[in-house]
Amino acid sequence: MSFEKIKKGVLAGIWFIFLTFPIMVIRVNTVENIIEWRWMNMLYAGVGGFFMSIIWDELLRKQEKNKNKAVTGEMPFLQRMMENQSVRWPSIIGLVIFVCAFPYIFSMYQTNIMISALIYIMLGLGLNIVIGLAGLLDLGYVAFYAVGAYSYALLNMHFGLNFWFALPIGAALGATFGMLLGYPVLRLKGDYLAIVTLGFGEIIRLVLENWNAFSEGPSGIANIPRPSIPGIDFTLTQATIFIYFLMIVLVIFTIFMVNRLENSRIGRAWIALREDEIACQAMGIDKTKTKLTAFSLGATWAGMAGVVFAAKTTFINPASFTIWESVMILCIVVIGGMGSIPGVIVGAFFLILMPEYLRAFSEYRMLVFGAVLVIMMVFRPGGLIANVRKTYQFKSSEV
Amino acid sequence: MDYFLELFLGGLTRGSIYALIALGYTMVYGIIELINFAHGEIYMIGAFTALIVASVLSMLGFNHLTVLILASVLAVVYSCAYGFTVEKIAYKPLRHAPRLSALISAIGMSLFLQNYVLLAQTSDFLPFPSLIPDFDFWEPYAHIISSPELVILATTFCVMVFLTILIKFTRIGKAMRATSQDKIMAALVGIDVNKIISITFIVGSGTAAIGGVLIASHVGQINFYIGFIAGIKAFVAAVLGGIGSIPGAVLGSLVLGWTESFFTGYISSDYEDVFAFLFLVFILIFRPSGILGRKETKKV
Repeated sequence: MSFEKIKKGVLAGIWFIFLTFPIMVIRVNTVENIIEWRWMNMLYAGVGGFFMSIIWDELLRKQEKNKNKAVTGEMPFLQRMMENQSVRWPSIIGLVIFVCAFPYIFSMYQTNIMISALIYIMLGLGLNIVIGLAGLLDLGYVAFYAVGAYSYALLNMHFGLNFWFALPIGAALGATFGMLLGYPVLRLKGDYLAIVTLGFGEIIRLVLENWNAFSEGPSGIANIPRPSIPGIDFTLTQATIFIYFLMIVLVIFTIFMVNRLENSRIGRAWIALREDEIACQAMGIDKTKTKLTAFSLGATWAGMAGVVFAAKTTFINPASFTIWESVMILCIVVIGGMGSIPGVIVGAFFLILMPEYLRAFSEYRMLVFGAVLVIMMVFRPGGLIANVRKTYQFKSSEV
Repeated sequence: MDYFLELFLGGLTRGSIYALIALGYTMVYGIIELINFAHGEIYMIGAFTALIVASVLSMLGFNHLTVLILASVLAVVYSCAYGFTVEKIAYKPLRHAPRLSALISAIGMSLFLQNYVLLAQTSDFLPFPSLIPDFDFWEPYAHIISSPELVILATTFCVMVFLTILIKFTRIGKAMRATSQDKIMAALVGIDVNKIISITFIVGSGTAAIGGVLIASHVGQINFYIGFIAGIKAFVAAVLGGIGSIPGAVLGSLVLGWTESFFTGYISSDYEDVFAFLFLVFILIFRPSGILGRKETKKV
């Protein structure tokens, strides 16, 4: 280690001591007029700053070096493994067995977390259509999730509609609201679009919160029935396991559909729209139709996920649908790797399971979570599993 | 008519407050096209620094004016320092990355700073001392607009004039404008782009800190979460005015302030934010790049 690096580290340490001084060292109690001085924190900040700066620089330098290596059209590790027939089938069978056995091996608590993760996979895949494929930055995606959840809760409360009817209705309502949002924002681009969708999400939440006669206001709706099969009485454990398998089926269905959509005519149109709007129109693609289908198809999954969410928790209120939820789903898509289906799945597991298993750090978990988001993005800006563009590769043919 | 005037001035104050935060948003956006989600947190840290410094100094027995000046100055200094550091850590390595990656990094930074203050300080609301005194000479007009509100209006005006001069007439301002137009070309004519971006963050953060001190002493209490809500509102204001444009940010903030104030006053306070957002959607439908936004012409 050179002298230069140490000097830089020391400077960073001193800078962090300065930076954290008022917030970390002093704590005032304005009621009793006591000042608490926590000098130990100063030491931590200094030492932490020193080491962090050295590690950070080292990692950045390494990344820079890697970047300079020419990026060849090499397939990512996972995909390479999958191409290999002798690995492919055993791993798929292993995965299927693990997925089926999961709720029987692990506790109910774990199963519940897994259900949440699966719901988020569905949300992530839905948002992936809007952001990853069509390139429309949507910060109000949670609104459709809320529409789905409330449509089941309200239809059940007023008309006693059961889960199986609510699921397609929730999806259809989600799609309708997607259109409703999509129509006025057709002309908007980039961040203007982001802020309007954000506003739309907030409008839905605020209406649910304030329109007591319609949605029971902030106190929410309780006693939403879990999904059931007529004639069978589920215990709580069985119901949870049932929802788990239901979610597995729905997620597989989603993956299948999104995968088919991606390679369909409309999917290609979305990608073209993302890459260049003008060129896309010049190719004869109807911009309005393409954008609207992206919004409504994306929202469909959120509507469905909302219905399942309401059925799973049996209680919903507007507090579950804040903007943080939208941000979380956005993080899943971007951290996983925009536009890539395996990426979204990995991203959802990573972001939903990480805070759960970080409970050991209890109060520090959101701090760590924020830091992880920054670190992830700095060192892997393309996401965990970046989308590989479809390219033709000429194989050297042996003549 | 009196009621109208009251609502008008209330909206004006509110709008000026949004403007102080929105200015930082718009400046940063103008130069690197990043929605700086952590900007609200910088504002929150400014308010916290002012609170801590003011409390410590008052307990040590300094007089009111010294407390006011030192607390404000230190709040600005610290916010600038935080803005600078955040840019270096979370945004600079991402300058050539996809834009959404930088956005997620900003969201991560925002979460980190919120929880950092939450853990190092407290999750409770802290009472904020009213640093701005009631002026004697303003006494006759105090029923229309209180002294703190007057100070807020005056400060916002000064900051805006200062920023306009900075950007229009100084070398740094010229460099900023050049950088925002074309970073590579700016670098070619000898502008240190990284330095200019740092300066933009520092100026924006300083503005946010001034906002933080004024608002906190006007509202009277702060906690770690104030930055997020204020940040969203200010962002809405910046977009409404046309993001990237300084007069746009101020105009957007004022329009937002008035909308909220009048709707709350004449219709209902429950749906205040709903109206604000509906109004935003409405305006953006007719002017897709904000009230004062430049219309982008795209070359094919």
